[in-house]
Amino acid sequence: MKLLRRYQLVFLLPVIAFAILAAAFGVGLYLRPDVIPSPLIDQETPAFALKPIPGRDDAGLSAADLKGQGVTLVNVFASWCVPCRAEHPLLMQLAKQGVRIVGINYKDKPEDVTAWLAELGNPFAKIGRDDTGRTAIDWGVYGVPESFLVDNEGRIRHKHVGPLMDHDIQTTILPMMRKLQK
Amino acid sequence: MTRLFAALALLIALSGPALAIQPDEVLADPALEARARDLSKGLRCLVCQNQSIDDSDADLARDLRIILRERLSAGDSDTQAIAYLTARYGDFVLLKPPIKPVTWALWFGPAALLLLGAGGIVIGLRRRKASDGALDALSDPERARLAAILKDRDQE
Repeated sequence: MKLLRRYQLVFLLPVIAFAILAAAFGVGLYLRPDVIPSPLIDQETPAFALKPIPGRDDAGLSAADLKGQGVTLVNVFASWCVPCRAEHPLLMQLAKQGVRIVGINYKDKPEDVTAWLAELGNPFAKIGRDDTGRTAIDWGVYGVPESFLVDNEGRIRHKHVGPLMDHDIQTTILPMMRKLQK
Repeated sequence: MTRLFAALALLIALSGPALAIQPDEVLADPALEARARDLSKGLRCLVCQNQSIDDSDADLARDLRIILRERLSAGDSDTQAIAYLTARYGDFVLLKPPIKPVTWALWFGPAALLLLGAGGIVIGLRRRKASDGALDALSDPERARLAAILKDRDQE
């Protein structure tokens, strides 16, 4: 006996359609809608020249500082940003390992960030002060912290939204840096 | 009582919704300001993603509103001002996604599904109609069997 006649297969269609929908929604659950893809990947860094933080001798930061310096990790941070505090020890560790990190200090008070760096340590080779937040907008930043990997030619190769976790550094940042350094 | 009611009604009538846009952001030129308002209603606040920058109180939304007004004041066309933002934040900054090959499924998918469903229903109905006539008529052996059954029943 045939279990299903040909026309009866039609009744399976809703079941199949439901299974496809459920699978799509299931995948959607694990997507990160808060991470917006950046159109700046593989583009040259935006032109910018930031002044140093008053009272510090970090020398500021400009686009020229990201060219011909090997791979650089650009970190957008602020002393008032709690996740920045969470990722800070990892940045310190990376700097100790020889990773070149530069900072874009986003809408911060000079005395606050100075105290913050004194308390937690300074992993940054250079820090530029973005008091208006305009440079961050040119970089497509929509929240602190955000980090970018810039290659030797001054092109943005990777963007990380939110605090860097150990997992991100081991699985993405360090392998990518090694690849870009070749 | 009537007076109190009238006062309350007047108060309610005069109170508009709270606006995110601050007085210091508003441009002096009303035509330019109207254009900026109109454009910023279609631009997504990237912090609170389902609000436009016109609605949002987020700091970044304010910065983007000001940038938009600067671009328009500098003589940018609407397209140029929008392009300035999409160059930084991608198409995601547009509340209405542009029609391009990657968004075809989004724009035309629902209509395609509707057509597919409607087509399926039409074909199904046609088939049913076509088979209706065939079911009505009994074949000769069927007719003979039916007659036999009815005859048996009558005898009981």
